Amino acid sequence: MSSIVSAALAVWQFVVGDDWVTAIGVVVALGLTALIAAAGGAAWWVMPPAVIALLALSLRRAAR
Amino acid sequence: MTGTDLGLAIAVFLACAVEAIEALTIVLAVGVTRSWSSAFYGVGAAVGVLAILVAALGPALTSLPINALRVLIGGLLLVFGLQWLRKAVLRAAGLKALHDEAAMFAAESAAARAAGSRVREGIDGYSFAIAFKGVLLEGLEVAFIVLTFGANQHRVGLAAVAAAAAVAVVVAAGVAARAPLARVPENAMKFSVGVMLTSFGTFWGAEGAGASWPGGDAALLVIVPGVLLAGLAMVRWLRRAPSRTASVSEAL
Repeated sequence: MSSIVSAALAVWQFVVGDDWVTAIGVVVALGLTALIAAAGGAAWWVMPPAVIALLALSLRRAAR
Repeated sequence: MTGTDLGLAIAVFLACAVEAIEALTIVLAVGVTRSWSSAFYGVGAAVGVLAILVAALGPALTSLPINALRVLIGGLLLVFGLQWLRKAVLRAAGLKALHDEAAMFAAESAAARAAGSRVREGIDGYSFAIAFKGVLLEGLEVAFIVLTFGANQHRVGLAAVAAAAAVAVVVAAGVAARAPLARVPENAMKFSVGVMLTSFGTFWGAEGAGASWPGGDAALLVIVPGVLLAGLAMVRWLRRAPSRTASVSEAL
């Protein structure tokens, strides 16, 4: 069991690294895109500003 | 070859070249100071593990429904790409130390000389282990990029060829220089990879989530320069903010 947990932690660390807030932000932005697209709206515009904002916020946290 | 395929090949080539430069430094250090043959065995074993990983996971990924694959891969590429881009921006802004291959080579060589003799059945365990670990760890990121980019475009083969070409170029340069490749603009390459991963992740993630891009694939011609300009603008922003230049963890 502990090896499964440590493997999962290693995968998490490898993919997400030390900035889990950005990872959550990506999931939220993709979810919002899916919701708008499912409602029949144009959803392409969600991701570009979301990505730029996530990068800026991540840099601000790192530089503080 | 389509424009998207070209983007795939360039991103994989650059990412693989950067990681290969770092792995080369480690292998050179143990090879020069201890045992070339044991270091090569370690490299071979690591490459074998990475090849098995790509061969096993590639078909599994490509069998997913296209939209599920795109949203999964888009999300993973975005998370991964934003990490690369963040580190590259911080380095370009002077808030994080640049990779110094010469210093890394010196440190690895000193550690290799200090380690005791560990020869068993003609193989130096230290050289094998360090070369294996170095190539495997650096190669995992490349395997991830090969798998995600390749699976999404159903071009794992093309991605693998681009990765192999990058390794060949780096090894040839290393053999020619007989030293770590300290003069390569590693951060510029990492910046480019971060821009590509983030751009393609944005494009595929939104498509997978059900969005339609104006102009289809041509939207990448706007997204890639847009992300590049945003990254460069953030470098300027960080350079101009004096209060922020004090402390950024080396562990980032």
